[in-house]
Amino acid sequence: MIEGRNIYKSFGDKAVLEDVSVSFEPGMTNLIIGQSGSGKTVLLKSLVGLHEIDKGSIFYNDRNFTEMQRKQRKLIRQEIGMVFQGGALFTSLNIEQNVMFPLNMFTTMTTEEKRERVNFCLKRVNLENVNRLFPSELSGGMQKRVSIARAIALNPKYLFCDEPNSGLDPVTAIVIDSLIREITIEYNMVTVVNTHDMNSVMEIGDKVVFIYRGKKWWQGSRDDIFDSDNKELNDFVFASPLSKKIKKIK
Amino acid sequence: MKFLFHLGRYLKLVRTAFSRPEKSGVYFRRVVEELEILGVNSVGIVLIISFFIGAVITIQTAYNLENPFVPLYLIGLGTRDSMMLEFSSTLVGLILAGKVGSNIASEIGTMRVTEQIDALEIMGINSASYLILPKIIASVMFNPILCFLSMFVGVFGGWAAGVAAGVITSEQYVFGIQYAFIPYYIFYAQVKTVVFAFIITTVSAYQGYYVSGGALEVGRASTRAVVFSNILILFFNLLLTQMMLTK
Repeated sequence: MIEGRNIYKSFGDKAVLEDVSVSFEPGMTNLIIGQSGSGKTVLLKSLVGLHEIDKGSIFYNDRNFTEMQRKQRKLIRQEIGMVFQGGALFTSLNIEQNVMFPLNMFTTMTTEEKRERVNFCLKRVNLENVNRLFPSELSGGMQKRVSIARAIALNPKYLFCDEPNSGLDPVTAIVIDSLIREITIEYNMVTVVNTHDMNSVMEIGDKVVFIYRGKKWWQGSRDDIFDSDNKELNDFVFASPLSKKIKKIK
Repeated sequence: MKFLFHLGRYLKLVRTAFSRPEKSGVYFRRVVEELEILGVNSVGIVLIISFFIGAVITIQTAYNLENPFVPLYLIGLGTRDSMMLEFSSTLVGLILAGKVGSNIASEIGTMRVTEQIDALEIMGINSASYLILPKIIASVMFNPILCFLSMFVGVFGGWAAGVAAGVITSEQYVFGIQYAFIPYYIFYAQVKTVVFAFIITTVSAYQGYYVSGGALEVGRASTRAVVFSNILILFFNLLLTQMMLTK
């Protein structure tokens, strides 16, 4: 379980997160949603320690991440997998080397064992025969899948995805969503997905946290969204005329 | 205040870069890769420039020697000392700041804006150490070799041009480059080269590591890396010369 308590974060004079408290359970896809600039990426990056928070605390299974020294955090980070918005694959390495990278750094596996693990992870994300290709030779969707394969290479307990569907067509986006959901259940991971894609919310949102102007505005499941009378949430989720109609029908 | 902020952040980054590596085998491979990228790939340009500068120094010295009582072998001596004392260390340093420095800043800067550095940090890897330390080691190891090569090729270029232009005989030139040879000059040049290698890699890495934004900012960081490296090379050139050559 990941828990954030009373998180505050500002950049200069600008407060980005104000008193945000969240908790995320294992085996569920937890979504953070909100408009661009609402603070959801800052929240995600604060949870993994890429941003230092000004106030509050973050716990990974009751281990206080905020108070840990760099060395202790390192151990927690080896339990974390992260899929970045642009994939963040290492452009100078081929696909096999990318997925093998965390194995090279943190395991004592033989080359053969590592190769087996790489092939398993790539197969798990429905990619085969791409080992020798470089990231620039893959489509956006394939890069995201490689990024997921790299994230799960070390069997992480926690998976963070920062807008995994951005820049993808709707069909590929659904493939990525399904993959994240399947992996979450399969490995009983705590998965936190940052998105503003409403299809993702409806497809995989076991738990949804809505961030509005740096504050936690609403929380519930994807089914609760239809029953909610929270104005800001409805304005965001049902922004298009079509989705407004769907809400009415529901 | 801004200067102190950057100085403090630079020193902190260098300290972090010198932290104990996660896995020495991986770092060793990284050093070998960087030796090729930063060192071996610079051999060509250093040799070409050194040859022609050596040639030009010889011809210019010859045409400026108007006094018939000044022996011609001094042309060889002048070329040798110019190459050893200044060109092969300082000017090669300035050239490498342009070639290698911009390469380092743009590589690390691109990794920063495409979140590759964040990806390293999330995995629990000390990104500063993983990315910067192998570059420092490779440059500090290989640049002295480049300096030696530059000295030899520059002196050879001087001989080739001088003899071909008929301004000096081969015997006079060879005598000149052996005349009043001071081995300490080689040590002085090597010390400067090592210091300049450290400046080029760390200053350029600093510029790239803290980039925020996109391609435009990476380009600007790359330019800043070259400018600041050059200024620091010139400053430390003066400082080291004062320290090492003044009696």
